[in-house]
Amino acid sequence: MSLASTVPAAPGVYVGAANVIAAVMLLIEFGMLRQALARDQVRLYAAQSALISVLAIVIAADRNLPDLYVLAALSAALKVVAAPLVLRRLLGRAGADDEEPTGVAGSQTLSPASAVLAGIVLAAFGFFSFGGLGIRDPAAPATALAIAAAMMLVAFGLMIVRRDVASQAIGFLALENAISLAALVAAAGLPLILETAFLFDLLVAVVVFGMLIRAHHVRAESLSTADLTRLQG
Amino acid sequence: MIGVVLALLIVPLAAGITCAILPTRTVRAAAAVTVAAGIGCFALVLGVVPATAHRDLSYLGYLRVDAVSAIFLLATGFLYAAVAVYAVGYVKRHEELYARRFYAGLNLFAWAMLAAPLMSSLALLWIAVEVTTIISALLVAIEDTDGAAEAAWKYVLIASAGLSLALLGTVFAYYAGSQVLGEHYNLAIQPLIAAGPHLAATPVRLAFLLALLGYGTKVGLFPVHTWLPDAHSEAPTPVSALLSGSLLAVSFYAILRFYQVAVATLGTGFPRDALLAFGVASLLLAALYVFGQRDIKRLLAYSSVEHMGILAIGVSFGAPVALAGVMLHVLAHAAAKGNAFMGAGVLVMKFGSKQISAIRGGLDLLPWSGPLFLLAVFALSAMPPSGIFRSEFQIVYGGFGSGNYAAAAVLIVLVTVAFFGLSASATRMLFTPAPLRARPTLSRGEPSAWMVIPVIAGVAVLFILGLHPPAELTGLISRAVAQLGATR
Repeated sequence: MSLASTVPAAPGVYVGAANVIAAVMLLIEFGMLRQALARDQVRLYAAQSALISVLAIVIAADRNLPDLYVLAALSAALKVVAAPLVLRRLLGRAGADDEEPTGVAGSQTLSPASAVLAGIVLAAFGFFSFGGLGIRDPAAPATALAIAAAMMLVAFGLMIVRRDVASQAIGFLALENAISLAALVAAAGLPLILETAFLFDLLVAVVVFGMLIRAHHVRAESLSTADLTRLQG
Repeated sequence: MIGVVLALLIVPLAAGITCAILPTRTVRAAAAVTVAAGIGCFALVLGVVPATAHRDLSYLGYLRVDAVSAIFLLATGFLYAAVAVYAVGYVKRHEELYARRFYAGLNLFAWAMLAAPLMSSLALLWIAVEVTTIISALLVAIEDTDGAAEAAWKYVLIASAGLSLALLGTVFAYYAGSQVLGEHYNLAIQPLIAAGPHLAATPVRLAFLLALLGYGTKVGLFPVHTWLPDAHSEAPTPVSALLSGSLLAVSFYAILRFYQVAVATLGTGFPRDALLAFGVASLLLAALYVFGQRDIKRLLAYSSVEHMGILAIGVSFGAPVALAGVMLHVLAHAAAKGNAFMGAGVLVMKFGSKQISAIRGGLDLLPWSGPLFLLAVFALSAMPPSGIFRSEFQIVYGGFGSGNYAAAAVLIVLVTVAFFGLSASATRMLFTPAPLRARPTLSRGEPSAWMVIPVIAGVAVLFILGLHPPAELTGLISRAVAQLGATR
């Protein structure tokens, strides 16, 4: 690794694409933070995941890494198709059964404006603290990496400001997207073993979260976490 | 030897699958398979361990056993066997579907925990720890009560978020490693430690911190411990024992691997300071929360946070005797906490409540489990001659020897505070006589012999570790200490 002393070169196609995609992903995450309906959050999540696959394809083409194409395809299948499908079915079932669709809308603990403001503070903190670390490398676009850090913190915020299990799961999935972005830009030639770990992470999220959300819905007849306060101290 | 290591991976997996696919009305067969797998795996671990006291074993590129991993294998192997026997008595009162799911989950859970220390690469280690999360979360939810559903949700959300950070730490470890070892570096642990002095400092520091926070979530370090008391109290008791005695230790093992890399690159200062901060904070929180607990299993869960804090502090001392204490503590804590949870499970079954206020006169009503639970609590409080006394003594001695006077003194004070909290509750449950109106419904006697035998084995292990650890074990521990890079 070369440190901060190196002169920054003009961005190539890969670095430019990575930075743009990272910025758009962060914007989408703010959209998720602002969106009132969990259904719309799922849609935004699918869009964000599609961008990750695009980035993987760009890197695969730029660096001639054929296995990244496979990763892009698998990631798209899981994150753009499977996870949103599962979540939407769970939300649909919850909406159909309930008198009032609690948990699907109106589970925010903060007003949209305050949530977005808090998100901006988190994002700025993540961006500048990571940018200040001085991990600069011709292969790793520092801006995209810093944006990934910002996205991670906003994803934690996303989990915290909602009081329903579906939105918390979406927050976790957004966190996973942020980490995938960081991994793609920091270590583009991910070894197969690490790619496996990522796919595994996703599979877990979809299967275990799906099962527990369903169990919670059957038990509590809503997706709200308001009654998950028995265990304290 | 490769056969033994492979068998260690195959036996519990096969047992889990067998229990899941057995035809209905075969709970006894599932119980037999589980007991055989548990005891068999412990025998296999005992077969592997002596070799690792002299050399590292490495197979197929993906499997590797050295002295450090052998210690954690021993802890998990012993507890798996103990809990498998205990579960036979525990599951008796449950319906058949529950029992089969439970046995399948228990074996798979043990499989993932035995696999983690066998992995040669940081990525595979992460996957193994992730598998432990999935299976244990489903096992926490298996009771199908409101409390269990809540605990399982909190556990899976918090632990998965934590493990995501650990995954990012693993990515940074790859980033650091690939700069020196080339693009085709596959995250193997040993080459990374060997290349330590040449790695870039910032990514390694970042990787260590992320791993400490991420895996620390599963270890139960403050402030990311919040899932732990919930999951431990709501899980079926045999699972609580495995969670506390084994899973927390396996996650700590992952931190130790990152610690080895960090020490090789950054020197001892930064990694030890970080561990010390997390350790002292966890110990402080746990010592205070042990007081005033109303739920017997939450009480023991906070005691686990306390002991994980002690492990972190012990590693931060860095002196060889302290590290030897840490390795011994992993084993002794597995036995003592397993015993405490298994004893608590009998109390809960006898009195039909987890509330400490509802459990009275345990010593009268339970001729075996009462005294054994008392012994387990004393062992956890580091009373001699239990193994925990020896291990904590070594850690404190190493702390004073390496000049960490303040931290060692804080350790002594907080462990004493926790001792008072733990023994006060235990005394109330065991010695205060049961109220007269409850007497006719509760008769003197044990619910099941299956639930006593493994606890007696645990007491034997604690005494052996405390009075005279076998020479093979001390040899293994000294090799592990050397591998962890002890310095005075």
